[in-house]
Amino acid sequence: MGFYDLIFWLFAFISVASAALMVFSKNVIYSAVGLLFAFFGVAGIYVLLAADFLAIIQIMIYVGGILVLLLFGVMLSHKIGGVQLETGTLHKIPAFIVVGGIFIILFRVISKTVWPLGTAAKEFNPTVEKIGTLLMTDYLIPFEIVSVMLLIALIGAAYIARKERVQ
Amino acid sequence: MSIGLAHFLTLSAILFCLGLFAVITKRNAVTVLMGIELIINAANINFIAFARFTDNDLDGQIFAIFVIVAAAAAAAVALAIVLNLYERLKSIDLDEADSLAG
Repeated sequence: MGFYDLIFWLFAFISVASAALMVFSKNVIYSAVGLLFAFFGVAGIYVLLAADFLAIIQIMIYVGGILVLLLFGVMLSHKIGGVQLETGTLHKIPAFIVVGGIFIILFRVISKTVWPLGTAAKEFNPTVEKIGTLLMTDYLIPFEIVSVMLLIALIGAAYIARKERVQ
Repeated sequence: MSIGLAHFLTLSAILFCLGLFAVITKRNAVTVLMGIELIINAANINFIAFARFTDNDLDGQIFAIFVIVAAAAAAAVALAIVLNLYERLKSIDLDEADSLAG
């Protein structure tokens, strides 16, 4: 078992354990902390997959952006001092059966399929320059469209979240 | 057996199932959103794993970038909806947002 394998198991354990903490914790703040470590674990997995740029993007956008946004959502909609942070769950048993069934199907598909793996062994190269070039050449149109979509979504979010004026 | 594509796909399947479980069982709207973010992360692991282990070089990573942008937009809009829900109902329990139910 090499060093690569060891690091894979470490990051896989971190992400799965934190995701489980997020799912099974009753307190919303604990859920957010679990999600934080799950995002870090996934960023480590990205590094193992030779996606250095995406690992940094993951930490910057998910941890620095989306998670902070979610925490603001928690703070604006709960009474932090009170006991309102507890969140209930419902129909656990049917959900467990459905999710377990889906996982068994996915696992069988993953293990039975013969994946068309690449022939050439890839090395770990920096991807930032290549991704930048691709975004400005082959993927220019999707890049522009997605930026306009992000702008529209943010304007819409600001419009929805605004308090309605009482006439 | 060294680490291969199947390991990454299985990890992603586990994360997807945990996220789906959160989406189904949680009653708090913000926690449901956290489950959705977990599902999106699982999908991204798949994209990047396939980009690593198959012959096409960086297409999977580019697609993962677009997925992250869409996730950011989705989180912003969904949180705005959650805040609006709290304004109206004084609660973000999804069971109480049933005014559209017949």
